[in-house]
Amino acid sequence: MSRPGGWKRLLPTVGPGAAWLVLFVLVPTLLIFYASFLQRDAHGWLTGPLTLDNYRRFFGLDAGGFDLLYLNILGRSLLLGLVTTLVAIVLGYPFAFFIAQSPRKNLLLLLVVLPFWTNFLIRAYAWIVIFQRKGVLNAVLGHLGLDPVQLYPSWTAVYVGTVYTYLPFLILPLYASVEKIDWTLLEAAHDLGAGRVPGFWHAVFPQTLPGLIAGILLVFIPAVGTFVISDLLGAGKTVLIGNVIQQQFGASRDWAFGSAAAFVLMGVVLAGLWLYARKAGERGMEELV
Amino acid sequence: MEQRKLFKGKRTRTPGGETLVRLSGVRKRYDGGTEALRGVDLEVKAGEFFSLLGPSGCGKTTLLRILAGFEEPDAGKVVLAGRNMRGVPPYRRPVNLVFQNYALFPHMNVYDNVAFGLRMKRLPEGEVRERVGWALELVDIAGLERRRPHELSGGQKQRVALARALVNEPKVLLLDEPLGALDYKLRKQLQVELMNLQEELGLTFVYVTHDQEEALVMSDRIAVMREGRIEQLGYPEDLYERPASRFVAQFLGTSNLIPGAALEGGRVETPLGTLAVNETLTAGTRVTLSVRPEKVRLRRRDAESANRVRVRVDDIIYTGAENQYLLDAAGFELVAYTLNADVQEPGHEEFDYDEEIVAYLPPENLVVIHE
Repeated sequence: MSRPGGWKRLLPTVGPGAAWLVLFVLVPTLLIFYASFLQRDAHGWLTGPLTLDNYRRFFGLDAGGFDLLYLNILGRSLLLGLVTTLVAIVLGYPFAFFIAQSPRKNLLLLLVVLPFWTNFLIRAYAWIVIFQRKGVLNAVLGHLGLDPVQLYPSWTAVYVGTVYTYLPFLILPLYASVEKIDWTLLEAAHDLGAGRVPGFWHAVFPQTLPGLIAGILLVFIPAVGTFVISDLLGAGKTVLIGNVIQQQFGASRDWAFGSAAAFVLMGVVLAGLWLYARKAGERGMEELV
Repeated sequence: MEQRKLFKGKRTRTPGGETLVRLSGVRKRYDGGTEALRGVDLEVKAGEFFSLLGPSGCGKTTLLRILAGFEEPDAGKVVLAGRNMRGVPPYRRPVNLVFQNYALFPHMNVYDNVAFGLRMKRLPEGEVRERVGWALELVDIAGLERRRPHELSGGQKQRVALARALVNEPKVLLLDEPLGALDYKLRKQLQVELMNLQEELGLTFVYVTHDQEEALVMSDRIAVMREGRIEQLGYPEDLYERPASRFVAQFLGTSNLIPGAALEGGRVETPLGTLAVNETLTAGTRVTLSVRPEKVRLRRRDAESANRVRVRVDDIIYTGAENQYLLDAAGFELVAYTLNADVQEPGHEEFDYDEEIVAYLPPENLVVIHE
């Protein structure tokens, strides 16, 4: 924009989008960032002066001594996000190909999207009905002459619920990539001596990367921050970073600490993405795969 | 130098080497029920430039895909370099294919694209570098190693695709309309380069094209295909000068096709009158006479004798090097081309619209098609 009047010409095109981002992303983020350095007053309102206490407390450097409570919770949440993403890839990757080659792709896509037509809370409660002591799962096991299992409330239930909830977000963008695959590239790879596995790896897999990466982001980020699923399927006994943040803005009324926890979570996720992007950018797509 | 290259003397080499490709009774029917190949037999010798020519849907691409191993024939035998190819997957065949749309790997640069086949064979990286360098030099694109396919022009992509196949030193190189997506000038240039490459390296090409001119210019031998069968197979000159069917006569260049009934003594009764041919025919058989437009001789006045037909000039199309005359011979349409030569040359004549002239159809240029 070195030419005079460049800004004026840019305004009608980029302007509305930029205004939107400033108003609904930048300003709220800055507000939370600011709040994370404030304190809680006797009535649970935000008050000065500015302090680093919230961050100290999160990282366990409180006056009360070294406590890894919140870092443990953060680690637990990242693990949930990681495992959920991996399981979703294992289940969703073949399924995206299955949809793409099926003569009934529209029906299958509808089935993937269908759960969204029901409220999320109701679907979570449905899992409780399945997992609870006298639930559907144990009834089936009983009929098969097997011992009942105690899955509600449990971490297993939380993991199942999280994978169930976010799986479609992996399948849909991946399917969009799989559908556009240029299969002549696979033929070219075979022609050049690549067997079945190398052929897939070198000619097909790279074509699915855009969808796969989009899917990974769409699963990992919300899974790390989830609190409803652990609230319901863990019955409050499974505490994740999302639960911590939600509590601060709810029951505990400590918005300052909640803001700090939210910022740490955001920082960790962004740092991960940045590292990944830098790695991908430096080495180039083809060497990454 | 360029001249020598441009006019590569066809049939100076007699391809007498070993037979590298042998197809017998090859049939293929697709799921939809269309019969793509209805029994194809052919042989390609080492060092030969062999073309499969035909309109879209004639089965030429299916045949190439069967050679490459992407399709398995329903019946018949495919032998490549002495080995029966039944059940042999594409990645274990001694051939490489240059794809119509190039099929370059978009996420790899030029170097990695060309190196792909060698790396699949697990050659040491040093040898890979050497051979990729050789291949890129060969197709004249050294220096573009780091480019991605989307940063290349159509001609450059074509060269990369060629290098990627050639670097593997296939026994037979299969080419599926490799120049189809390029503009006319570039196509002409690459035709010459491909021919030179093929000859200098002694490669064996099986070349699929729908462009009859391309096939005539480049090939040692051509198989003209139609509806899943080989209609005629031979040297370019044979196909052009002695088409065996109306289809070949019309697909390769332009032909005047004159229906007729054979009479005694090598004469044929036609809508243009009785024409003499250089062939003894069984009286009464239905035949078609084919004569190329450039072999029809036009004169303003000519002696009344055999094979001379009175015509009227209906239309004249000026194409630069030649004038194309559309002629009306009492209701039957004839086409004749005359060279747009030096007007001072003795005997050179040009004709006007609606002029009544004489067309001479020399007996030696009337090809009798029995169909």
